[in-house]
Amino acid sequence: MTQPLMKVPDAQFERAKLMLDRARWAASRMQKLDRVAIRRICEAVGNAGHAKAQHYAEWAVRETGMGVIEHKRIKNEACSRALVELYAGEDFISPRIDAARKIVELPRPAGVVFALIPVTNPVATVFFKTLLALMTRNAIILSPHPQARACSADAARLLAEAARAAGAPDGAIQVIDEPNIPLLEKLMADERVDLIIATGGPSVVKAAYRSGNPALGVGPGNAPVVVDDTADIRLAAKRIVASKSFDNSILCTNESTVLAFASIADRLLEAMKAEKAHICTAEETAKLRNLLFTETGFNIAMIGKDASVIAREAGFNAPGAKILVTPVDLVQPEEKLVREKLCPVLAFARVQTIDQAISSARSMMRKSGKGHSAAIHSKSEANILAFAAAVPALRIAVNTGCSLGASGYETNLGPSMTIGTGFAGGSSIGENLTPHHLLHYARIAYNKDASETFGNFAGLDPLNLPKRIAPVASLAVDNSNDSELRRELRRIILEELKAVMAA
Amino acid sequence: MYDYGLFKFESKQDLFDKAIRFWNPDKTKFWQKAGIDLVIDRREGYFLYDMSGRRLIDLHLNGGTYNFGHRHPELIETLKGALDYFDIGNHWFPSVARAALAESLINISPGMSYAVFAPGGAEAVDIAIKSARYATKRRKVVSIIKGYHGHSGLAVATGDDRFTKIFLADQPDSFAQVPFNDIEAMERALKGNDVAAVIIETIPATYGFPMPKDGYLNACKALCEKYGAMYIADEVQTGLMRTGKMWGWQAYGVQPDIMVTAKGLSGGLYPISACLVNEKAGGWLHEDGAAHISTSGGAELGCVVAHKVIEMLLRPEVIANVQTVTDYMAESMQEMIARHGDIFTGVRQKGVILGLEFSNHPEGAVFVSRALYEHGVWAIFSSLDKRVLQWKPGVLLTQETCQDIMDRFDAAMPRARELLHQAKKAA
Repeated sequence: MTQPLMKVPDAQFERAKLMLDRARWAASRMQKLDRVAIRRICEAVGNAGHAKAQHYAEWAVRETGMGVIEHKRIKNEACSRALVELYAGEDFISPRIDAARKIVELPRPAGVVFALIPVTNPVATVFFKTLLALMTRNAIILSPHPQARACSADAARLLAEAARAAGAPDGAIQVIDEPNIPLLEKLMADERVDLIIATGGPSVVKAAYRSGNPALGVGPGNAPVVVDDTADIRLAAKRIVASKSFDNSILCTNESTVLAFASIADRLLEAMKAEKAHICTAEETAKLRNLLFTETGFNIAMIGKDASVIAREAGFNAPGAKILVTPVDLVQPEEKLVREKLCPVLAFARVQTIDQAISSARSMMRKSGKGHSAAIHSKSEANILAFAAAVPALRIAVNTGCSLGASGYETNLGPSMTIGTGFAGGSSIGENLTPHHLLHYARIAYNKDASETFGNFAGLDPLNLPKRIAPVASLAVDNSNDSELRRELRRIILEELKAVMAA
Repeated sequence: MYDYGLFKFESKQDLFDKAIRFWNPDKTKFWQKAGIDLVIDRREGYFLYDMSGRRLIDLHLNGGTYNFGHRHPELIETLKGALDYFDIGNHWFPSVARAALAESLINISPGMSYAVFAPGGAEAVDIAIKSARYATKRRKVVSIIKGYHGHSGLAVATGDDRFTKIFLADQPDSFAQVPFNDIEAMERALKGNDVAAVIIETIPATYGFPMPKDGYLNACKALCEKYGAMYIADEVQTGLMRTGKMWGWQAYGVQPDIMVTAKGLSGGLYPISACLVNEKAGGWLHEDGAAHISTSGGAELGCVVAHKVIEMLLRPEVIANVQTVTDYMAESMQEMIARHGDIFTGVRQKGVILGLEFSNHPEGAVFVSRALYEHGVWAIFSSLDKRVLQWKPGVLLTQETCQDIMDRFDAAMPRARELLHQAKKAA
């Protein structure tokens, strides 16, 4: 394209700023909605997403070339209606009364949430973050990943329309159609944004934190999974293969490296083979190392690809394999295969004891994965506790696949598409993101002295308080020291007010 | 010391003295008497700053000139870009900037065929009247009592006596006036089959935005058709999305033959106005296109800015914002009437055009304007009905500023009450 003859403003950025203003209006109106209205909106949005779970699963795989349709459908469902049902019993709107502490807490939503959507979960994350925002009476602006732009934006518009039809204010859900990095950086730094929820690569997460606005970001994962000699080997193998193959390892909670006790390692490999894991030869392992790790880092073309496709790309055949297992001798960052791999390739190392498992886990996470996830298959509380206490992960999934265990779907951690990696992982939160993170509380705090009795706030709704009439105080005349005039004015005004009330 | 590089003022008083000495003694003194000691210095968005540094939120907007706020960054950038390429241009020749703006205006104005440009609203009204006279071969023009269409030769003759008599500019033989919302009076004025045009502000601004009764504007248009006159919609204050539609006549479902837009079209940066005509009213553009000439009418710099203004107004976010501000103001004013109904007696509203009624005193809005001024809000009373405060929120007003405005409004009411009672007592 040739340069225009006249220099003109960046209309896209200007429009995006208008979206922020629109979101601010929406946020202020959301906060006037009561629990019934919010529930109606969330249910409508949840149902709309659920109904199109398969449609968007197909679209996301088609557009991004990543992941498994069937698994994406499961995630889309888990992040739509199921998410609404999960939190249906929780109240993010009514005041919380704590009579014992003489405190009343009034939920105070963040306002305008700016949400970055990753390419790996381009629709489930749209559903997830939008519903979290709506449940807590926030407005949300979604910024898709450029490589998943169409499906993310379309899903966002579907939810926006459902929300609007169910009574949400104009602009409660908006999406940036043409995202790019400079635009994002400008928007994230805008003072009209109250909270950024950054899910994506380390660069966008860092950018979110650099913006100067409050941000909830996540660091990369790199989960070790320990299988000790007390584990149910058959079940462990089954769970690991299922988890590693789930959506072709696109969840950042996926297993990176198995640390198997040497005493059960061969049995575990056999059991994994029975679950359709392909155990690579040394030569195949070397081919995979070359394919997956380029000079600039992980080969993004392999993210979320089928195991058989990756094998073919590497130069060998593994027909029907769900995952590729690459045995490694060294569990240190210089062994590239023990780094994070968002694809169904699983490193496998042998350890002698739980202590060696711990030092190996620490070693592989030294470069990346801190604050994220780990898993252990064991019946030994001592081993579990020793591992959990020492490994630099903030969630340690036990006897479950790490993909869905650490992300809270197969555990009670709270299902989440956003995994807080804590201080060690460059994040301000250490838990799985839930609606609770999108609001603060204004606290009414009484004098704790026993002589001061706590008020009766039961049944009082700040959105619907009894009408306040005749604000006599506002009749005060500050600019006059003439007390006679003041009295006269007060008398006249009160008379007029009475007349108005009577009428 | 206020040093502007090219000129300096010792103090604000120095400015007042010089304004009285060299510029306009009466206007300068008028505001001082009204307790409004405003000299607008810096300005940004919907905020004005007095020379003293005091901030005011602008709800006057000069009738929509600052529809997008003052010095909107996108418009400034557009004008700066245009300055690197264009200037006023040469009105004799076709020009890319004028053709592009004309096309853009016609695209958003159903029924209109051509755009004729002028530097300001009054001249555009003159063009409208000339076009109607050409098309009908009649001379007479009917306007609304207390209507306002500007101050040039033909435009001023449609307006209030205050603006004509002093300059001997009234033309009673060819300009007649009828009361607003009185369809029978309109028919009486048209019955003679000698009227070239009826000119109506879709909502008369200077009259305090009385709302047209249901069907009134359409009835006027029907009468125009019946008696062979043209209907001119003056959209200077009601156009450009201020009613929630691009043009006020669209909001009322009436189809004009000719329409005039100005003020906000300039983005508040480079003066420009336009008279849009249908095929018939534009006949003279085929016969003698140089019959009306304006050196700076359709100045190319203004065309570029106006082009951007239209583009911005069509953004879904802007359209949504107008609706949101409309709803917010409607709700807020009802709340204010509930609290201050003793002095605040009613609201007229269409979109972001509001007239606030303070009807307990014939100049009620003058006092309220002053009280608001003291509370950091600048809104002007209607010159031709001083019970009514013109309340003109901009189309891009944000939630924070709207909240700020209404908090200030609420805080200003006791002071307004005090001023009103003082005035009553004095009388």
